[in-house]
Amino acid sequence: MLTLHPALRDKIVAHARADHPDEACGVIAGPAGQDRPERFIPMLNAQRSPTFYEFDSMELLRVWREMDDRDEEPAVIYHSHTATEAYPSRTDISYANEPGAHYVLVSTRDPDMVEFRSFRIVDGTVTEEEVRITDDPPGAPDGPGLE
Amino acid sequence: MAIEVRIPTILRTYTGGAKAVEGSGATIAELIGDLDTRYGGLRDRLQDEAGLRRFVNVYLNDEDVRFLGGLETPVKDGDTVTVLPAVAGGAG
Repeated sequence: MLTLHPALRDKIVAHARADHPDEACGVIAGPAGQDRPERFIPMLNAQRSPTFYEFDSMELLRVWREMDDRDEEPAVIYHSHTATEAYPSRTDISYANEPGAHYVLVSTRDPDMVEFRSFRIVDGTVTEEEVRITDDPPGAPDGPGLE
Repeated sequence: MAIEVRIPTILRTYTGGAKAVEGSGATIAELIGDLDTRYGGLRDRLQDEAGLRRFVNVYLNDEDVRFLGGLETPVKDGDTVTVLPAVAGGAG
């Protein structure tokens, strides 16, 4: 199960809407080993594409180092699909390299309704999980927000 | 003296769980070859016939080696090499 503060859910959705029709992507970091997504980090989609995303390689290095220094891990890796459902594609599955992360997918295909789902992707196997949006227990987001 | 190589979570099965290992060589290719003698299978995860795998990023200190010389990028003792899988995907 993914437990997420409502403010973090809203930031993911806002990022996905802002970058539509291109796919948006990013990370929510949390203390290592605690499965607690806290710090919102929107990433640049280096591909700027409606059908593909890839973290910019230099930004990836900077953010991953920063997480390492802070003893954090990528608790959530999110991206949007802009014309299809919020379910991992074959591409998503083949490039999923963080077996400990919650892979959040958002679909922005409907301008009025957002699909927000979470998955584990381990060794090519996708398992959907429940998403619980709650500010209790508090995991106050301290991310910089959307710039 | 040696070159420190930082290993991502997904590849630590090859290094017995180690986050960082040491290796030697004059280029990225030689360094990977050296690591492969001790951490068998690692090379295949990092490169294919064409060179570095498309969705694996290798950094020499603060630079992506793709923007340097790829596998032929020279390395020296005291350098740090970081391996990070690309974070990528999409509707396709």
